[in-house]
Amino acid sequence: MSGTDARTGPGTGADSGAGARTGGGSGTGPGGGPGTGADAAVTRAEYCVVACAEAWRGAGEVLASPMGTVPTIGARLARLTFSPDLLLTDGEALLMADVPAVGAPPRVVEGWLPYRQHLALVTTGRRHVMMGASQIDRYGNQNISCIGDWERPTRQLLGVRGAPVNTLNNPTSYWIPKHSARVFVERVDMVCGVGYDRAAAAGPAATRYHRVPEVVSDLGVFDFETPDRGMRLRSLHPGVTVDQVREATGFALVIPDEVPYTREPTAEELRLVREEIDPKGLRDREVRP
Amino acid sequence: MTADQVVAELRSGMTIGIGGWGSRRKPMALVRALLRSDVTDLTVVSYGGPDVGLLAAAGRIRKLVTAFGTLDSIPLEPHFGAARRRGDFELVELDEAMVMWGLTAASHRLPFMPVRAGIASDVMTVNPSLRTVTSPYGDREELVAVPALTMDAALVHLNRADVHGNAQYLGPDPYFDDLFCEAAETAYVSCERIVETAELVKEGGPQSLLLKRAFVSGVVEAPNGAHFTSCVPDHDRDEAFQRHYAEAARDPGAWRAFTERFLSGDEDAYQAAVAAFHEEERA
Repeated sequence: MSGTDARTGPGTGADSGAGARTGGGSGTGPGGGPGTGADAAVTRAEYCVVACAEAWRGAGEVLASPMGTVPTIGARLARLTFSPDLLLTDGEALLMADVPAVGAPPRVVEGWLPYRQHLALVTTGRRHVMMGASQIDRYGNQNISCIGDWERPTRQLLGVRGAPVNTLNNPTSYWIPKHSARVFVERVDMVCGVGYDRAAAAGPAATRYHRVPEVVSDLGVFDFETPDRGMRLRSLHPGVTVDQVREATGFALVIPDEVPYTREPTAEELRLVREEIDPKGLRDREVRP
Repeated sequence: MTADQVVAELRSGMTIGIGGWGSRRKPMALVRALLRSDVTDLTVVSYGGPDVGLLAAAGRIRKLVTAFGTLDSIPLEPHFGAARRRGDFELVELDEAMVMWGLTAASHRLPFMPVRAGIASDVMTVNPSLRTVTSPYGDREELVAVPALTMDAALVHLNRADVHGNAQYLGPDPYFDDLFCEAAETAYVSCERIVETAELVKEGGPQSLLLKRAFVSGVVEAPNGAHFTSCVPDHDRDEAFQRHYAEAARDPGAWRAFTERFLSGDEDAYQAAVAAFHEEERA
């Protein structure tokens, strides 16, 4: 979590997918039924799910810690397709052997990961977490603690949670469901998750295992593959323009001459998302359709 | 013991650790007893939830050591937030793992534990007293020396205990309740049910026996004593009541009404008022 996870703001904490609790059965979508939906146009939320899933491509046998609904669906999609060795939790203390629908309990448990072990596992590095961010800056510094002056904040958020331990020990990506200049800021009010400039300034103990692979928002995918580690636009979700991203970002992004679109989901991926992992369409509550 | 007897052993100005995590298995009956007492000026160490919220709302906290304040299913703890905006208490904001290692250092009677977490983050900025330590080996890595979080007293809630203080959790997560007890001078455990020692291993394996009697000073039987936080498998979080708490906390008038209705009597009166609340909800 939580934080570990602990789990967090909407989706910053340790618990993933808090709230929704479906009854026992998961499996194929009851409402949909085969046929419906499969041919429907790909929604923005579904591009976001695919973009989040891609964060865990090639991750190997590590714990995927998604915080927020869309990353939770993404991690499960990755596990069911191109990253079958990922470990997943139920958002609390159990490692799931199967991949239930979001909000449903696992039918088979393969391991135990209470908070104390989760916090220790972070330091082994065998984890890739996707946290939320109330603010994030051009070098990937992230804030979920408070807005304004720390001594007397104008808005108290969660607190640092596990962001410091996460960012110095295992790959840490971010998910931002509503891309705006209030979130993508020149400077964050409090550095909880460590970005590239701060890590470099602090020296080898900070940089040794530090990595911020990517930031996924409702507008596109971003990374830090630039000479000075400033944030770069890697792909736009279909339907989004470069100008739209530029206007919604509070600092100057690195924008390549040619920006690709986020890839299309395969038919099988769409089926898994719509019928198996998120039959209730919880993804649309996090990203406007 | 009773919850009020536990609180009678506490003094203003003490450093008190509170077990559980967020809105999970918090010793809420003991916190409510604290609210009935005049014990104040506390330094509180907690993975913060409504325990911190209630104590902050009552003005009992001088200094808070935590990594977060949350109600889990409701992300932000409203009283914690309001107290922070007013600057009601001093805050020592640490990473989640730093809290764990601070408790571990205290339980090992060590002055600090070296951790990587915290370096380059503003945890170092907002806690100017935090120091680093350099590895004496060839790597020469400079790490954070998390100071021991030694406490005067710890308050925790578990599912079962015997009268001697052997205590058991039956849910999926022990949280850090054993560390809190080992890191404190005295420790008090409330439980859903006190059972004969011989009964303990009948409900869970020996590894579920989290607390050893040598680290427990007093046991309180407090059924539903974690309410409104979760205490599985005995009870889930009371989401309806937690929503009511959170809404009331956002408005001074509503909070006065909440306090009068739920927090002006003893624990039995609280549990009866909660039952009446649910009766009304159903009506």
